[in-house]
Amino acid sequence: MANVESNFKNMTLTLLIISLVASAALGLVHQFTNEAIVKAQMLKINSAIEVVVPEFDNQPYEEAKTIEMDGGELTLFPAKKDGELVGTAVKTFSMNGFAGLIELMVGFLPDGTINKVAVVSHKETPGLGDKMDPKKSNFSVQFEGKNPESFKLSVVKDGGNVDAITASTITSRAYCDAVERAYKALKEGGVQ
Amino acid sequence: MNKFYNLTKGILKENPIFVIVLGMCPTLATTSSAMNGLGMGLATTFVLLGSNVVISLLARLIPDKVRIPAYIVIIATFVTIVDLVMQAYTQTLYEKLGIFIPLIVVNCIVLGRAEAFANKNNVFQSALDGIGMGLGFTFALALLGTVREVLGSGSIFDHKFISGDGIIVFILAPGAFIALAYLIALFNRIKK
Repeated sequence: MANVESNFKNMTLTLLIISLVASAALGLVHQFTNEAIVKAQMLKINSAIEVVVPEFDNQPYEEAKTIEMDGGELTLFPAKKDGELVGTAVKTFSMNGFAGLIELMVGFLPDGTINKVAVVSHKETPGLGDKMDPKKSNFSVQFEGKNPESFKLSVVKDGGNVDAITASTITSRAYCDAVERAYKALKEGGVQ
Repeated sequence: MNKFYNLTKGILKENPIFVIVLGMCPTLATTSSAMNGLGMGLATTFVLLGSNVVISLLARLIPDKVRIPAYIVIIATFVTIVDLVMQAYTQTLYEKLGIFIPLIVVNCIVLGRAEAFANKNNVFQSALDGIGMGLGFTFALALLGTVREVLGSGSIFDHKFISGDGIIVFILAPGAFIALAYLIALFNRIKK
């Protein structure tokens, strides 16, 4: 095969041109998809917010507030109806899951009571730890209507009030950890 | 030899998974459900088609000594395009496949076809080879995903036909090996 000779000039030039064309192509694709990516992410966050707080008519995404805590970021989304706060969705996390990071969206009513909890992302074991997802089991239901002020957010085994998922104590602990952190952020963030 | 042999060989005779046994990492990791397998397969097919076409066009212009870095840049470009497009339009699937989309770059099948086929053949045959190999890969992944989903979660393409859990081991890592081994055995039996 009569290829181009492998001398310094040819090799440098070839790689340079290929890289240039590649980056131009990617820049173009990025321009086309950027808007859709941002929209898709917003939609996902928005649908999680809708699940966990009572009906609202503002754009919580635009009024979001981030708080740094324990080496991560929590986001507070105030949900308002007719200008009045009806609840706050807090996107929270825990690093202590059985397979690492767990992200939850916790909805609080203005008095600090937990309204509902949704799972944003996790890597827990299918059939065991993934039961924290409301679609798989009603583990998360026990948090609804509880105020962390009086409801101790740790599993019964550790002296708390939460019934752990059978055979998934680590996941349950991480879940409590994330909810607890959300509550702390809510108090600190002071969205009233 | 039939002109379209290069299109059909990848599906059965030289199936990248069942016969050549290449690209095992995404095969085992992403096939926990039929949809994941199918999505991963189609993403790889697109990359294979793109890289095969471009590489067969440029093969003679690329000096021999820098051909591998040049191929990798070309492949990485197509992978990033898939990554961006999936992130924009198929957010849920994108999150499930996670790190395995960017990892298509190092999938042995893609570079393997570039080295073994695309740089020695014309554009048309290379395109056929890319589509054929990609469809073979997709077929294998979707089949493996279906088997694992049916046994492991009792559903097909997320439509559940039993209540409760399936045989959980099949959606975990060991189940991937077991299911793949049986499928390869079955495949060898049929081929004889």
